[in-house]
Amino acid sequence: MDFISILSIFVLACFVGYYVVWSVTPALHTPLMAVTNAISSVIIVGALIAAAAANVPGAKWLGLLGIVLASVNIFGGFAVTARMLAMYKKKERK
Amino acid sequence: MMGRFLLAPPFLLLATPAAAATGEPVNPWVALAYLVSGVFFILALRGLSSPASSRTGNRFGMVGMLIAVVTTLVTHDVANIVEILVAITIGALIGVTIARRIAMTAMPELVAAFHSLVGLAAVLVGWAAYLNPGAFGLLMPDGGIEAVSKVEMGLGIAIGAITFSGSVIAFLKLSGRMSGSPILLPARHVINLGTLAAIVVLTALFALAAPQATLPLIVGLTVLAFVIGFLLIVPIGGADMPVVVSMLNSYSGWAAAAMGFTLGNTAMIITGALVGSSGAILSYIMCRAMNRSFLSVIAGGFGADANAGGGEAREQRPYKQGSAADAAFMLEQAEKVIIIPGYGMAVAQAQHALREMADILEAKGVEVKYAIHPVAGRMPGHMNVLLAEAQVPYENVFELEDINSEFAQADVAFIIGANDVVNPAAKTDKSSPIYGMPVFDVDKAKQVFFIKRSMGGVGYAGVDNDVFYMDQTMMLLADAKKMVEEIVKAMD
Repeated sequence: MDFISILSIFVLACFVGYYVVWSVTPALHTPLMAVTNAISSVIIVGALIAAAAANVPGAKWLGLLGIVLASVNIFGGFAVTARMLAMYKKKERK
Repeated sequence: MMGRFLLAPPFLLLATPAAAATGEPVNPWVALAYLVSGVFFILALRGLSSPASSRTGNRFGMVGMLIAVVTTLVTHDVANIVEILVAITIGALIGVTIARRIAMTAMPELVAAFHSLVGLAAVLVGWAAYLNPGAFGLLMPDGGIEAVSKVEMGLGIAIGAITFSGSVIAFLKLSGRMSGSPILLPARHVINLGTLAAIVVLTALFALAAPQATLPLIVGLTVLAFVIGFLLIVPIGGADMPVVVSMLNSYSGWAAAAMGFTLGNTAMIITGALVGSSGAILSYIMCRAMNRSFLSVIAGGFGADANAGGGEAREQRPYKQGSAADAAFMLEQAEKVIIIPGYGMAVAQAQHALREMADILEAKGVEVKYAIHPVAGRMPGHMNVLLAEAQVPYENVFELEDINSEFAQADVAFIIGANDVVNPAAKTDKSSPIYGMPVFDVDKAKQVFFIKRSMGGVGYAGVDNDVFYMDQTMMLLADAKKMVEEIVKAMD
């Protein structure tokens, strides 16, 4: 993809992010941080590409380490978000 | 043409080898899959607009991630699938174990630790792309990498490294392994600006250098970025940590976006932009709630000069101290009680006892509400999570601007572990460091109960609080959890 199309996606996504995040209720700001953490680990895509190629061993090992770090974040981030969100209850308890 | 595409199973189409050899995603389905993944991430954040839709949102996020990972694996020649799966499994086991075991009160340091991992992963990916540009489709005929890609790569590495070392410091400060008070180096602004300038210069040189001359430049760039992350966060005090955590959240997003530019990957760019804006907005909300400018937070040093304002009144002033029995009696007589939790409640783990107390009061017909200041605790929304953990229904929990007018009708304002957010000096004393910060009007309540460990300590802003000495204030000096438990016992 050429630079301008990528830049267009980026700029538009910033606007989407701006409006979506302002609509998040303040009570859920901690889960918001946990889930943004999990999704920013989509950087695992880069680590996978590096690890998948066998021709440069150094890059492969960096990639594998990157996969471990990003996976901690992905699984940990989504799991801890799910754990927090499960606690937000309405009134009729018990 | 299009018909054939639609009829074939999508993953077979994804598996066309064209993309694998060059790393250039020729197949339109690949770009589309990453786009879908990005859209799922948007839906994940959108779900957080209410607790009811949030759980579905979280699942959307997981689906988005699955799509991104599977697409990447299917469209590349994977030489080491076993090693990759092992790496993912190791990460998953660590991540899930931590997520299950972590105490809700420790959430701020967990988030900081997670940020550091994203940052480090970005550095590793940047370096991997530098070492093996062919795999990322960045290789030019002369064996080098295009200047634009090198700028993006350098930015990704630099932001990632800053996120990493900054988050490590934030983690150490939040978990109490390092003093929360700001550590001030002499001439730190000069050092910081100089380091930042050096990083920019190195990135430019790196982008322009011939392939064989790039190695020392990228090494220098990486090292300096690690150093500046450390230097930037060390001078920032504990009370400003909500802003710092949000800011690092934002950085982790920009790091992902920069790597997305290098790889031309839509999912990474969309996510990076989302996370980047999210962190930036949270930082803005926190700064506004403290009436501080973002720059003054970043400059650091807040909380260091404890006697800057209001400190002259440090001589012993008379105050009323009460017992748990007194408090229990008056709470039972009240019609409306507003509870204001703060960081002290988190430290004492008092949220469960507090809910028990509120349950008893509600059973006796007392109206109980919770009031949360945006900067209460050590990260945005910290108090809400703790109250949710204690099974306080979220309809009873209110934000500052929604409840502040109700103090005039409240019989009791029950302050537990909060201090600066109820300090009237923010409204009246122009010399106070917290002047202009929106605070709860607890002085309008008929009675104020203030749970505090001792009269000695002041809030993180280091200022005295007139609420301690008001006629209607009763100080309950004890550990927050113990005091609430005693009140519960006294009410039986």
